[in-house]
Amino acid sequence: MARKLVSCTVNGTKRHYHIDVRASLSDMLRNEEGLDSIKHGCDVGECGACTVLIDGKPFNSCIYLAIWAEGKSILTVEGLNDVKTGISDIQQAFIDAGAVQCGFCTPGFIMASIPIIESDKPASRDEIRRQVAGNLCRCTGYEKIVDAIEKTQKKRIAERKSSS
Amino acid sequence: MDIIGAPLKRVDAKEKTTGQAKYTGDLVPRNALVAKVLHSTIGNGIVKSFDLTEAWKVPDIVDIVTCFDVPDIQFPTAGHPWSTDKKHQDIADRKLLNTRVRFYGDDIAAVIAENELAAREALRKIKVTYEEFEPVITVEDAMKPTRIPIHEERPDNVVVHSSYEIGSYEEARREPGLIKIEGDYETPIVQHCHIEKALSFAYIESGKIVVVSATQIPHIIRRICSQALGVGFGDIRIIKPYLGGGFGNRQDALTEPLNAFLATRVAGRPVKLEYTREETFNCTRVRHAMKFHIESYVRTDGSFAARSIIAYSNQGAYASHAHALVANAINGFRMMYPVGAIKGEAYTVYTNLPTAGAMRAYGIPQIGFALEAHVDDIVAKTGFDPIEFRKTNMMKLGYVDSLTTITCHSTGLAECIDKGERYLNYTEKRNTYKNQSGPIRKGVGMAIFCYKTGVYPISLETAACRMVLNQDGSFQLQVGATEIGQGADTVFVQMAAHTVGVTVDKVHLISKQDTDVTPYDSGAYASRQTYVSGMAVKKTAESLKAKILDFAGFMLHKDPWDLDIKENFIVHKHKEEHLLSVAEVAIESCYSLTNSQHIAAEESHHCSDNTYAFGVCFAEIEVDIPMCQIKVLDIINVHDSGKIINRQTAEGQVHGGMSMGLGYGLSEILKFDPKTGKMLNGNLLDYKLMTPIDTPDLHADFVETNDPTGPYGNKALGEPPVIPVAPALRNALFNATGVAMDSIPLNPEKLFFAFEHAGLYK
Repeated sequence: MARKLVSCTVNGTKRHYHIDVRASLSDMLRNEEGLDSIKHGCDVGECGACTVLIDGKPFNSCIYLAIWAEGKSILTVEGLNDVKTGISDIQQAFIDAGAVQCGFCTPGFIMASIPIIESDKPASRDEIRRQVAGNLCRCTGYEKIVDAIEKTQKKRIAERKSSS
Repeated sequence: MDIIGAPLKRVDAKEKTTGQAKYTGDLVPRNALVAKVLHSTIGNGIVKSFDLTEAWKVPDIVDIVTCFDVPDIQFPTAGHPWSTDKKHQDIADRKLLNTRVRFYGDDIAAVIAENELAAREALRKIKVTYEEFEPVITVEDAMKPTRIPIHEERPDNVVVHSSYEIGSYEEARREPGLIKIEGDYETPIVQHCHIEKALSFAYIESGKIVVVSATQIPHIIRRICSQALGVGFGDIRIIKPYLGGGFGNRQDALTEPLNAFLATRVAGRPVKLEYTREETFNCTRVRHAMKFHIESYVRTDGSFAARSIIAYSNQGAYASHAHALVANAINGFRMMYPVGAIKGEAYTVYTNLPTAGAMRAYGIPQIGFALEAHVDDIVAKTGFDPIEFRKTNMMKLGYVDSLTTITCHSTGLAECIDKGERYLNYTEKRNTYKNQSGPIRKGVGMAIFCYKTGVYPISLETAACRMVLNQDGSFQLQVGATEIGQGADTVFVQMAAHTVGVTVDKVHLISKQDTDVTPYDSGAYASRQTYVSGMAVKKTAESLKAKILDFAGFMLHKDPWDLDIKENFIVHKHKEEHLLSVAEVAIESCYSLTNSQHIAAEESHHCSDNTYAFGVCFAEIEVDIPMCQIKVLDIINVHDSGKIINRQTAEGQVHGGMSMGLGYGLSEILKFDPKTGKMLNGNLLDYKLMTPIDTPDLHADFVETNDPTGPYGNKALGEPPVIPVAPALRNALFNATGVAMDSIPLNPEKLFFAFEHAGLYK
C-alpha cells in the first residue's frame, strides 16, 4: 500500500514519518512515537479519548489521517510534561480536584480543556461542559473534571492580569 | 493527622494525567498477531458449514479457526468465586466458538493475521451457511411451550425459577381494612460503556499461557481459562494492568478464554484480541432488563401488612451471572421494607439477545426503580407522607434478614433522608408543585435504597495481601484486589499506613496483578474490596507491625509488647519519645550479622460477615411537556457507607454513579430489531449515555456511621450511588405532572405517549 512522507512537529520536535496513507494520526503517534496517552475508545470520533491539539485546536486523532498532519504542530499530554518543571497546572488541577478515576479518558479531557484555560474569556461551568462535550467519561459524572478546568482557567486569567 | 478519612490524592493520579499509566492496549508486543472474531449474522439457528476458500487467499492470514475446531468443552463465564459444591457452580453453557447460534453476533469463527486489515478482510470473505430459527426476543415469547429451546439443557428456556415467603402472605393480606395497591414496572437493557474497549493479548512463556487482560477479576479469569481450555490452573497466568473502567462488565470472562486458545494455535506467538466499540456493546455483557409485578397491602396506620413480587429477568443468549441478579433484586425488595408477610418469585429466562451479566449494583437498580416508584404510587393513592411512609417501613438497626442472615449492624438511613430533605426543601416543594398547569412544570422526587457489602454468605468472601519491608523502612503492598478506577489502591495505602503506623509515602503499592505472583483475591465487584480486601490489608498490616516490633524489641532489649509504631518511629506505648526509626529497624533486620531477618507478612482473610450500606437521592426537575423533555435542576445523593476512608475519592464514586443513574433514568436504552434481534444502537453516538452537557452539577454528601464489622468502620460505596437516581427522577416527574411512569428511560419518545395518554396535550 502507498506510503508517504509526513513532516510535522510533535510536542515541539520536528519529525518525519514514512507512513501508510491510510493510517490515522493516533496510530502514527502511538506506533511511531510511543505516545500512549492517546487512547482508542471507539475509533470513530465518538468518545474523545484520542484528543490531541493540532495547531492549537482539539481534534479526535483517530479520525484524522496521519498525512493531513503535514506541516502541522501536534501537542499531546506527553508534551505538557516538562522535564525540568514537572507537570503542567492543568494536569496538577486534575490530580488535586480528584478528576481522575480510571484515567482512560483523562489525557483526552486535559487536551480538550487547553483552549478553555488559554482563553481570556471566563467560561461558566455550562460553557466548559459545552466545550468538552466531545469527550466522554463514565467514571466521574464530569463534576470534578469541570472543577479542575474551572479552577485552572481562573488561575490563568489571574496570572495574566497580574503580569500585564 | 488520622490517615483514615484523610483526603489523600489518588496514588495513581500522576501516572494517569501524564500518559505514563500503561493499560492493556499500551503493552501489546510489536510482533503481536491480530485476531478478529466472526460474529453470526442471524439471531437464532445452527452453523451448518463455512466456505473459507476466499478468506485463506488473503495475504498475511496466519490461521482461521471455526466453531468446528474448538475443544468440545462447555464452560461458565461468570466472575463468581468457584464453588466446590456442584449445585452452586455457574452454568457452563458456551464453547469458545459456538455452532449453535444463540444471538445476533454470537462468536462462530476467528481469524488470526499479521495485521488488523488482513484479519478484517478475511472475516468479510468467510461464507457461512446457517439453518435459521425465528429469534425470540421477549421473556413472554421465550416461555411459550412451542419454542425451540435456546439451550438443550433448559427445554423451557427458564434458566432458574426461585421463590421465597416470609410469614403467610395469603393469611396476612386477608387482614380487614387493608388498602391494596398493585403495579407493573419495567427496566431496559443498558450497557456499562467503560471507555476502554474489551481487549486482551495472549502468548506462551515458559510453557504457560499468559493472558494480559483488561479484567476486574484476574484470579477468576485464570480459573475460567483453565476450564475452557481443559488445562490446569497453573498452566494459565493472567496479568491485569491499569484498567479503563469496568462497572461489572469485566466481572466476566470476555475475550480471555478464546484469546488463550488462539495463542496455542500459533505456537505461543502473541495474539491480540481487541473488540471494537460496537463489539464491546453487542458481544460482552449488558444489564438485565427486568419486569416486575408488585402487590402491596397497607394498613391505615401506614405499615405494610403484606407484599409480593413476581420478577422476570431477560438473560439473553448465555447464562453468565444468570439468576444471581434477579435473586438479588427480589432479596432487595424484601430487605428494604422488612415489614409484614413478604412473598417473592423470580424467573430468569434465555432469549436470543446479547448476554446479560453483572452491572453496577447487580439487580438492585432494577428493583430500586420498581420498588421506589411503587412506594410513591402507594403514597399517591393513600395520602401518606412519602418520607414518613418510608421511615415507618424501612430497615432498622439490628434487622436480621431471615433468609440470608445478613444483619443491619449500622444505619444512618434516617439521617441521610433528613439531610437530603433539608438540602432540597423537598416536603415544601412537593406540596407547592402539586396541581400545576401550563407547559413547563417543576417537580421533586426522592428514593432510598439498601445495599449489602460483598456477597457473603451467598458466595465465598476471601482476600489476601502481602507486605515486604524494604531496608529504608518503606514496604511494598500487594493485593489481589483490583484497581478499576474506583480508587481501591489509594484506600489500601491509607489502611496499610494507618495500621502499621507509618506515613503514606512509606507504602509502595503494586497496582498490577499477576496471578503467578499476586496473592489471591476474587476481585473488584459487589462493592466488596474496601470491606473484604480491607480486612486482609488490616490483618497483614498488623502482622507486619508485630514483626517490626519484635525486631525492635531485640534491638532495644525491650519487650515488644511495650512498643508501638507512630509516624515511622518506634515508641513506648502511650509515649511520644522516638526510640528508633522504622528505617533503623529495617536495615538492621536485613544486615544484622547475628540475627538477620527479612521482614514480610502475608495473610489471607476469610470474611464471614456482611453489612448494609444505605442512601438516598433527592432531585428537582423541570418538565417541558410540549418538548417531552426533563431538565434536572438540582440533585443530591446522601450515603451511609460507614466511615469514609477518603472523602474525595468517595465523592468521585457518588458522582459517577449518579451520572450513570441519570442516564438510566432519562436516556439509556439498547434497541433491537424485533425480527432478527440485531442491536440497533450499539455505539457511543446512538446509545445515549450522559455527556458533559447532559450532566447537571452533582451533589454528594455522607452520613458517617462507624460499622462495627467493617475493618475501618466502612461499608459498600462503589456501586450504590447509581441505585436511587432513576426512581427519584420518576417520582419527580409524577410530582410535576401527575403522570406515574412504569418504565425507564424517561426519554422524549416515551414521555410523548405518556403525556398524550394522560391528556396533557388537550
